[in-house]
Amino acid sequence: MSDIVLETRDLTKHYGGVHALEGVNFILRKGEHVAIMGDNGAGKSTFVRQITGVEQRTRGEILFYGRPVNFAGPLEAREAGIETVFQTLALADHLDVADNLFLGREKLRLRLGPFSILDYKGMREATLKALQKTGVKIPNIHNTIERMSGGQRQCVAIARTATFHSRLTIMDEPTAALGVQETAQVENIIRNLKEQGEPLILISHNMRQVFDLVDRIVVFRRGRICANLRKEETDGQEVVAYITGAKTQPEYADAA
Amino acid sequence: MTDRTAASVPSHPMPRAQTRQGLSPGAHLRRPEAGALLGLLAVILFFLIFGGTGFLQPAGVASWLNVAANLGIVAIPVGLLMIAGELDISIGAMIPAGSMTVAIIAGHWDQSIWLGIAAALALGVVVGWINGTLVNVTRVPSLIVTLGTLFAMQGVVLGLSVLFTGTVSVALPPEEAGPMAKFLFGQFIGGTFQVIIVWWIALTVLYVFYVHFSPLGNWIFAMGGDRESARNAGIPTQRLTLILYILSATSAAFVGLCQAILFNSAQVSAGMSYIFNAIIAVVVGGVLLTGGFGSVIGIVFGTLTFAIVNQGIYFTSFDRNWSSLIIGVMLLVAVLMNNTFRRMALSYSPRKK
Ligand SMILES: Nc1ncnc2c1ncn2[C@@H]1O[C@H](COP(=O)(O)OP(=O)(O)OP(=O)(O)O)[C@@H](O)[C@H]1O
Ligand SMILES: [Mg+2]
Repeated sequence: MSDIVLETRDLTKHYGGVHALEGVNFILRKGEHVAIMGDNGAGKSTFVRQITGVEQRTRGEILFYGRPVNFAGPLEAREAGIETVFQTLALADHLDVADNLFLGREKLRLRLGPFSILDYKGMREATLKALQKTGVKIPNIHNTIERMSGGQRQCVAIARTATFHSRLTIMDEPTAALGVQETAQVENIIRNLKEQGEPLILISHNMRQVFDLVDRIVVFRRGRICANLRKEETDGQEVVAYITGAKTQPEYADAA
Repeated sequence: MTDRTAASVPSHPMPRAQTRQGLSPGAHLRRPEAGALLGLLAVILFFLIFGGTGFLQPAGVASWLNVAANLGIVAIPVGLLMIAGELDISIGAMIPAGSMTVAIIAGHWDQSIWLGIAAALALGVVVGWINGTLVNVTRVPSLIVTLGTLFAMQGVVLGLSVLFTGTVSVALPPEEAGPMAKFLFGQFIGGTFQVIIVWWIALTVLYVFYVHFSPLGNWIFAMGGDRESARNAGIPTQRLTLILYILSATSAAFVGLCQAILFNSAQVSAGMSYIFNAIIAVVVGGVLLTGGFGSVIGIVFGTLTFAIVNQGIYFTSFDRNWSSLIIGVMLLVAVLMNNTFRRMALSYSPRKK
């Protein structure tokens, strides 16, 4: 088996006449952390939604650890080992932190098919541990999500992905609403993943963060990839040039 | 792969409310049934003052408990749908559909009562499946979808009844039902208490378990808050929607078949009042109309409150035409009160770390 975690071939998504994603060929290797950058509306979140089965792609192939996959929904993607922090967070507003962390994969006190009983205590303890491990500060884990600030919500969503071991983590602008300290914490979580060799796709507009954290930068423009840059061989100015369309790598010339 | 299997600390049983909210006084007001319980007490007090203790004597209790049980079996699944952000008004047609199915098969055609019961429940499953599938596939608001199936099923029930029997009212004599079915679904316990009360209690226990102690409950709440997010978080929202619609339609058919066996006959046109009554019971019970918030016990309190107002009027000197006014006012008060409680709950900040 090769060392490719995720590969997309000619991945395409049209919303009616809107070509949100067009022929994207993307490769992520074992242990690699890759950033996806691009202007608003470049198709970054759309790319994530196709991989995680939130939407069904118009065309193209997705290979996960070498096997073609067609996730019918996010649940299947997660069962296959893809943990995602969506830009929209995907939290249940009326539930508390523990319920959200374990939503869809609850801890059970009694595992008996239809008569399974929830282990509230276990979930609360695991939540406290997870928050501690990830350094996320939530004043009260009994609060429902609707009573939390945008940043706290984001922290919960991130803690959720970091609590479970995954074969691929995707984070769509995870620090967009965070303060300085919280951003630093999230970056620490990401560094932890790196140390543990867990692959990551990070979508971010934050140049400093991207250069701090990842190995490679892929730039999206109007639904296409227009550059694929190793961090050591590029700098912020060049990346900006690719984002804005001032430059296009020759191999992606059709994106211009 | 997940840490679901990680050794968890041995835990002793702990009721949900404590686990979630701690034991501080504010925590209790946060529970969805808090307002509903107060409303129930207020209504009991009201009728004690204006009607004496008559409605708390056995005969009085039976009168409202019978109403509550028939309504309650439908109200809980309707309430769960509302918690999940959906609405099912087709129950109004499913109750007569259940009665007519069992009456036509067992009473008119002289087939086995069990075949009739099975057919009535199966009809519930089919209509529920149609409702759920239409909602899932079209994403048309469920009010419209179930309004459609409400009228469609009314037409089907009326048309087929006339076609098969030539009438709109079919007898189901006790000897056709047989002693066993009569005992299980259509007896008066102690002469006045309908056996459906026992079913209601048993089903309520089941619902409490599933909604508050098994993973399914959280999934329903998550769906009601934001369906898209729940789906992205990995909840099988479509399957759950389907199950809930099947539950509500089948529950309505069950109530219908019980009534047919109890009263030894079935009519085409019974059941429309259940639509509004169920919604009132659910809302008075503290379920948030916008979804995501509520409890089974709250719905039970709401159902009891409705039934007591509905029947309590007979124990007062008031003209019974006023009962609708009381129910209307009660509904408004309940909604306002629930909102107040909810706001208090949200602004209340527990000290517990
Ligand atoms: N459900 C949809 N229906 C129609 N068009 C859509 C839909 N979702 C996204 N689009 C369009 O697809 C394009 C790409 O959107 P996408 O959300 O992927 O951008 P993005 O790169 O994530 O931007 P941002 O940085 O603002 O998050 C946009 O032009 C958007 O308007
Ligand atoms: Mg985006």
